[in-house]
Amino acid sequence: MKVLTLNFLTCAVKTCKSSSDSFPLHPKDAELVSDDVELNPQLLVNLLPRIDWKALRTTSTELGFPELPEQPPTAEELEADEKMLKDLHTLLVETQMNEGKLVCGHCGHEYAVREGIANFLLPSHLV
Amino acid sequence: MSRGRGRLTTTLASPSLASLKQDLTDPLPDRAAATLGLMPAPSTTPSALPSSSAADAVAKLTAAAAAGGGAETGTEPPAAEADAEAYERTHVHGVYEAIAPHFSATRYKPWPAVASFLHAQPAGGVGFDVGCGNGKYLGVNPGVFMVGSDRSPSLIGLARSRCKQLQGPHGNAAGAGTGGEASGAAVANDVLVADGLSLPFRERAADFAICVAVIHHMSTQARRQDAIRQLLRCVKLGEVGQIGGQVLVYVWALEQGNSRRGWDETGEQDLLVPWVLKSQQKKQKTKKVTQDQGIAGGSAATKSGERPLTPPTEGATPSHTDPVFQRYYHLYRQGELEEDVMAAGGVVVSSGYERDNWWVVAANEPSHHGHQEAEI
Repeated sequence: MKVLTLNFLTCAVKTCKSSSDSFPLHPKDAELVSDDVELNPQLLVNLLPRIDWKALRTTSTELGFPELPEQPPTAEELEADEKMLKDLHTLLVETQMNEGKLVCGHCGHEYAVREGIANFLLPSHLV
Repeated sequence: MSRGRGRLTTTLASPSLASLKQDLTDPLPDRAAATLGLMPAPSTTPSALPSSSAADAVAKLTAAAAAGGGAETGTEPPAAEADAEAYERTHVHGVYEAIAPHFSATRYKPWPAVASFLHAQPAGGVGFDVGCGNGKYLGVNPGVFMVGSDRSPSLIGLARSRCKQLQGPHGNAAGAGTGGEASGAAVANDVLVADGLSLPFRERAADFAICVAVIHHMSTQARRQDAIRQLLRCVKLGEVGQIGGQVLVYVWALEQGNSRRGWDETGEQDLLVPWVLKSQQKKQKTKKVTQDQGIAGGSAATKSGERPLTPPTEGATPSHTDPVFQRYYHLYRQGELEEDVMAAGGVVVSSGYERDNWWVVAANEPSHHGHQEAEI
């Protein structure tokens, strides 16, 4: 489970969808690992406008990474800033949540992450 | 099992209620098990945890297959939502858990029309592949970021290995070796386990979504339409006057006159299709099979185990010890997929038929004032 992926996930419980508390999900007892992935600057620049930056800041802080700037870089700034590219690549693409839980801030449901795979199947009373 | 057909939808006129009742006998033991200890109905139960219930279903299916057929009791159709779910647990989820590696070995070549849809997406686009199976569409277009989901933890396990291979230092080489789809930069995708009717995706976050050979496994029309509704929620709304994010859906067609299966528009739409699980699977990798792959409707699938009513003779010649798993399918008739898209509140961008499958590209109904409000 990449940090990038977390930026596109919310609680699977339908009644949580309308609540802003259900996004982003909050990592708990997270064991992080780092994959070695070749940097693809163009993909990062292209992805930038799709990323919810505020949620990414929250996730990044909760995972213990240094605080991200309040505003996202522009495409031009990111293209010109090799360090920022590398940092974002490390955070978004290389960092994996290998074990732990993802907690919904609205209903409190915890989704298990095992061997890098998050499981969003719901018990029947939450479907 | 010689029958394995019956109409489950209520809106389509069908005289075959008798065969329907016959069919629905199969899942009943499992359904009974699922509801044991939780009277009255919806509550938590060990079997409500899908991974264990899938394992239960596999055990039951294997036992039933070994016994030469399912235990047959009861006559109730899955009228209730919980029943439809239990039915699919047995006849879809449990089957895929059991056949995952075998199934995956027959599913690695991207379906060309799906690949061209993926290649048409904008650079940096974000896409979801709902029911991604072994993840064969992840990495087809290295310029986009895709998240695949599937109901089957076993298939997602296989998909994850594939993702890791594609993003590795030799991702390109790995891609070329395993299917030739990825070229260029290393590919970064991800996978997770989720139900298509309870997706964890942030709404309106995706540029596109695909759902290939999945919705035909849902056993009521309401569930099939709901699945499309969930897909439509994933993708972005368009700017005023423009189509937003697009959703590609493929389903098996009722009209398969040119396939070995020989189904046509006069046949039943709701079937149980056998999958013969060989204990020795090496034959699946023979050249004959690899030359002729496709999605669900590919003839290689037939060779490797899918064929109604008669045992397959190639790739997976069944012996009496090979378990046979019955997968539920709703075969779509012409026009039905478009109807389901519209019932789900979507619009049809384009649609067509390709090699035993109906496909549709759908989008959300263009909003006339919603965006203007947002801009004010």
